Amino acid sequence: MKASGSLRSKTFLLILSMVTFGPLGNTLLGKGMKQIGAVTIRTLPDLIHIVSKVFTSGTIWLGMMSLLMFFISYMLVLSWADYSYVQPASAFAYGIVALWGHFLLHETVTPTRWLGVLVIGAGVFVVGYTHPRTTEHD
Amino acid sequence: MLWEVVLLFLIVIAGTSGELCMSRAMKTVGEVKDFRPTALFRVMARAMQVGWMWIGFLLMIVAFLALLGALSIENVSFVVPVTAISYAAGALGGKIFLGERISSQRWAGVALVCIGVTLVIIGRN
Repeated sequence: MKASGSLRSKTFLLILSMVTFGPLGNTLLGKGMKQIGAVTIRTLPDLIHIVSKVFTSGTIWLGMMSLLMFFISYMLVLSWADYSYVQPASAFAYGIVALWGHFLLHETVTPTRWLGVLVIGAGVFVVGYTHPRTTEHD
Repeated sequence: MLWEVVLLFLIVIAGTSGELCMSRAMKTVGEVKDFRPTALFRVMARAMQVGWMWIGFLLMIVAFLALLGALSIENVSFVVPVTAISYAAGALGGKIFLGERISSQRWAGVALVCIGVTLVIIGRN
């Protein structure tokens, strides 16, 4: 069974959107929360203060928007593609995170982690060569 | 030990089942072919009217709470088998719950992803 070019292209584009926006959102949210600092909530004004800090942080808003983009992409691609195709393919996000860490943040990426990224890449490649949709629907 | 097994079970089963329900809801909505913002908004609104979507959200919340619980009683290494098992559970769930036909090639890819994810998590500094 061969996938039509457009089906494969739009599946690829949305999975690319997922593996980009998912890790980006998590990173931005983590960065935003670190900027706010350690949280201690004892009274109602403490809670209001923290909530106002969270919702006035541009980094946190960008993180939430990225995660929203991830989630919308995930929902849309699942409207036609198999879950058993999309879920393993989205694991490529681990590779994106390692590449960001190495090239943008100049973090040390251990050889074991690089090996893992290569094996994930091989797995995604193998899954990617199967038909994205094996069930019949509208 | 019993608590860890219960939490692991909840993370894998509730998390994967939640996504499977979301997938089922989106299959009910039908293949999205129009990507203009207004059309996408209508798709999202339709999806929110499908019961499976809400069951999916509920299960994903349960899995998230179980993950928080697991992290509070265990170190992060606990997450390694959980994450890897989720991919195998996802493929199995897709076959049983969604009727997807999983070829040996796709199983092989899923197995590679499981191994790779385990290596990535073990290899973190």
